[in-house]
Amino acid sequence: MSKKAESRNDSDSYVTADGRTIGPAVMEMRNITLRFGGVVAISDISFDIREGEIRAIIGPNGAGKSSMLNVINGFYHPQEGEVLYKGEVRKPMKPYQIAHQGIARTFQNIALFKGMTTLDNIMTGRLTHMKQGMISQMIWKGKAEREEIENRAIVEKVIDFLEIQSIRKTPVGRLPYGLQKRVELGRALAAEPSLLLLDEPMAGMNVEEKEDMSRFILDVNDEFGTTIALIEHDMGVVMDLADRVVVMDYGRKIGDGTPDEVRNNQDVIDAYLGVSHD
Amino acid sequence: MFYREVGEFKTSYRSDQQTFPIALDRTGFLVTLAFAFVIIPLTMSEYWAQAVFLPFLIFGIAAIGLNILTGYCGQVSLGSGGFMAVGAYSCYKLMTGFPDMNIVVCILLSGGVTAFVGLLFGLPSLRIKGFYLAVATLAAQFFLVWMFNKVGWFYNYSASGQITAPEREIFGFIVTGAKAETLPVYYVCLVMLFSLAILARNLTRGAFGRKWMAIRDMDIAAEIIGVNPLMAKLTAFAVSSFYVGISGALLFALYLGAVEVGEAFSIQKSFLILFMIIIGGLGSIFGSLVGAAFMIGMPVLLKNLLVTNLGWPGDIAAHLEFMIVGLLIVVFLILEPHGLAMLWRIIKEKLRIWPFAH
Amino acid sequence: MSAEFFFGVEVFLNGLMAGVMYSLVALGFVLIFKASGIFNYAQGIMALFAAMTLVGFQEGQIPFAHLFNAMFGMEMHHFGWHMNAFFAIILALGVMVLFAILVEKLILKHLVNQEPIILFMATIGLAYFMEGFGDLMWGSNVKKLDVGIPQGGNFWIEENTAFLGGDAFYGFYLDTLDIYATVIATVLVVSLVLFSQYTKTGRALRAVADDHQAALSVGISLRAIWVIVWAIAGFVALVAGIMWGAKSGVQFSLSLIALKALPVLMLGGFTSIPGAIIGGLIIGVGEKMFEFLIGAPLLGGATENWFAYMVALVFLVFRPQGLFGEKIIERV
Repeated sequence: MSKKAESRNDSDSYVTADGRTIGPAVMEMRNITLRFGGVVAISDISFDIREGEIRAIIGPNGAGKSSMLNVINGFYHPQEGEVLYKGEVRKPMKPYQIAHQGIARTFQNIALFKGMTTLDNIMTGRLTHMKQGMISQMIWKGKAEREEIENRAIVEKVIDFLEIQSIRKTPVGRLPYGLQKRVELGRALAAEPSLLLLDEPMAGMNVEEKEDMSRFILDVNDEFGTTIALIEHDMGVVMDLADRVVVMDYGRKIGDGTPDEVRNNQDVIDAYLGVSHD
Repeated sequence: MFYREVGEFKTSYRSDQQTFPIALDRTGFLVTLAFAFVIIPLTMSEYWAQAVFLPFLIFGIAAIGLNILTGYCGQVSLGSGGFMAVGAYSCYKLMTGFPDMNIVVCILLSGGVTAFVGLLFGLPSLRIKGFYLAVATLAAQFFLVWMFNKVGWFYNYSASGQITAPEREIFGFIVTGAKAETLPVYYVCLVMLFSLAILARNLTRGAFGRKWMAIRDMDIAAEIIGVNPLMAKLTAFAVSSFYVGISGALLFALYLGAVEVGEAFSIQKSFLILFMIIIGGLGSIFGSLVGAAFMIGMPVLLKNLLVTNLGWPGDIAAHLEFMIVGLLIVVFLILEPHGLAMLWRIIKEKLRIWPFAH
Repeated sequence: MSAEFFFGVEVFLNGLMAGVMYSLVALGFVLIFKASGIFNYAQGIMALFAAMTLVGFQEGQIPFAHLFNAMFGMEMHHFGWHMNAFFAIILALGVMVLFAILVEKLILKHLVNQEPIILFMATIGLAYFMEGFGDLMWGSNVKKLDVGIPQGGNFWIEENTAFLGGDAFYGFYLDTLDIYATVIATVLVVSLVLFSQYTKTGRALRAVADDHQAALSVGISLRAIWVIVWAIAGFVALVAGIMWGAKSGVQFSLSLIALKALPVLMLGGFTSIPGAIIGGLIIGVGEKMFEFLIGAPLLGGATENWFAYMVALVFLVFRPQGLFGEKIIERV
């Protein structure tokens, strides 16, 4: 299933060839510069992510993609530049406050809670929505139990969607790698995020698993309208899934546009082929 | 063959979430309750009550408390003894300062004071983690013991430095002081343990339990998915200290009657409670109780076996006790970090399919 | 200068010497922590056990005599010989090496990939076990340890410093044993530092402390290193046990000095040998001076019980790696 979306430079909504509505920019990075001591990880990068689209961030190893995702996530604070989320400049915040704003993510090296079952892990994704206080929880009967059951129902929908019913009660530490990645996606989805960040969701997967994961990502975007930003190395996946692509190399942006535009960009080709920079 | 859940389908999330989803377990639980509330109190001897049952009930509460902090939330504390002391001394000050206050209210308030103190000591937990936090709690342990020893206000400036519980009643039964009767004391402690265990179970199976476990398993990821780490840790410290404080108050007022802080609440107690949850099972309410039963019961059994039956001198029994405990700690940490509770769960799983192997 | 001032100096000097002793104990911890990431709570018990074993050999005690007597109704206690202190020390050292081998084989090997806190709790279990075992083997009564080091106040120093401070000051009262202990401890510390810097094994130790994987890849046997480290720690424990035991007798409270080492480590950093030394000195002096200047007159005394911990707590909050330790970095 390939997508042929035309890019727009203005912020009007448009409808893609396969019927999805892409809205104005939900996240904007303006002149972001990120330094770690003397090392410049990101250097003056600007791009936006539009509502309802799938935006890929690609580039050779060490380009600064994960750092970029961490800036979007609010885990790193850029020394220069601004991040605008839903039109507002984002003040420096703690990561858990950002989660409450509707941004969820998965991690490159799977950050599941190994001591808990699949069900419990995905339930943790609902924590931003669970409001009952301690006394109510201690008593359990009544409001706390009702809230638990409501959230359980939502989590079960996510479990159905990802087809992982049979491993509900299995401690995640015992699951194979591919299933763990799926559970981690489930945890992010359970939060019903406006913006979903995926850090190399296909890493370490075989062809079948990649097809499954691609299907899930497209379905999430299609059914729930979730905006998705993902880092990925597999070019085939990126070309198929993404509406637009940002290409990074050595901390700079070297390409920004639809997959076709980027594929034909000479700078991008050079970066991947390793042409020396003078 | 014995342990069946065939035919037991859950048709609602509520029934799936209950504490004892399998009918056989529920029956077992009710039988245990019958024992605890009826059979044991009517048949226990004074010796067994004082040596085993009362300490079990009281330390069971402390074990649950420490398990919440260490087993569920992953914050290792070696200061439980000191916090029990906070509970005991708060109880003492309340009893002596407000002679008309109901003893149960005193005990609950003591828990509250300890919860507050626990909060204070929990504040550094955001910056210091894991092993370093354990060392900080060790500092708290020594400091608290010194404070209760030295600052006269805490023991009402008595000459001996000891604190003694004045006489109090519940429903007409004397439960504290020299004339306390064992049976009412037993029931008070049992009811406290039972209710506190239920509250703990409820807390740990819901959102709070998950927040705590997320912090324990990977606190950075937990923060990124929306858990406020400081609040999660502080609530764990507060709830845990509440339990440990109540345990200390009960130990002082209802069990020992008089307490000298260096003896009753030393670091040995901190280790005792820690061993209870390691052997019983970290992250399990049931495990806390199993561990408490073991750590209280084993020395008594050993002494009865070696001293009473075989006639060996008491100090050998004490030495062997240390060796057994130390050995078990190491063995459990190597083989089954989730303690006896996990072993029990594995046995049950095997029984489910017995006589088949898998 | 007043007598008061010189008393203060005397307290300072005693503090320094106590500090050297703390450093010695702390060193045992640092060695093990550096090489295996384990904080060995059992280090104190090891010192006690080492001392007990030494006395046992010297006095010709029969190991487990008490138990055998109870089991079989016998009445034996001693073999009847008295061993020379030198041989007894060698034998005790041998026992500590054997101990190191057993610990590695039975415990460490099985806990290789666990988190530090699990390893720490395992050493607590080990400490309890050794406590019971040591008592069972050699008896829990207080023993006198005498390896020929002179004790008591050093009259020579006292007489020759009496001229300071006027009439109320009688000269520095420094215990000869403490002076010997300081010298021995200093020699030990210096040799350890030289060992780790200039010998092949010492280099291997530092490699292991730095990076287990890398050390393995250049052919260093992790297990052998751990045995060596624990054996050295056992040796340090023996020396500490001898010093403290000679001073206050071989009894349970000996193991509590380990708890004193904790603040030293928190101050100096868990991974630094110079840190252990300087931390020990600071704690030793700080404790005694604080008690002298503030604790006894203003706070009712006995502040030595917690002063060290409070200092350590402050460091933990503001500088967890101590003065010299490596910075602790966390990554997503």
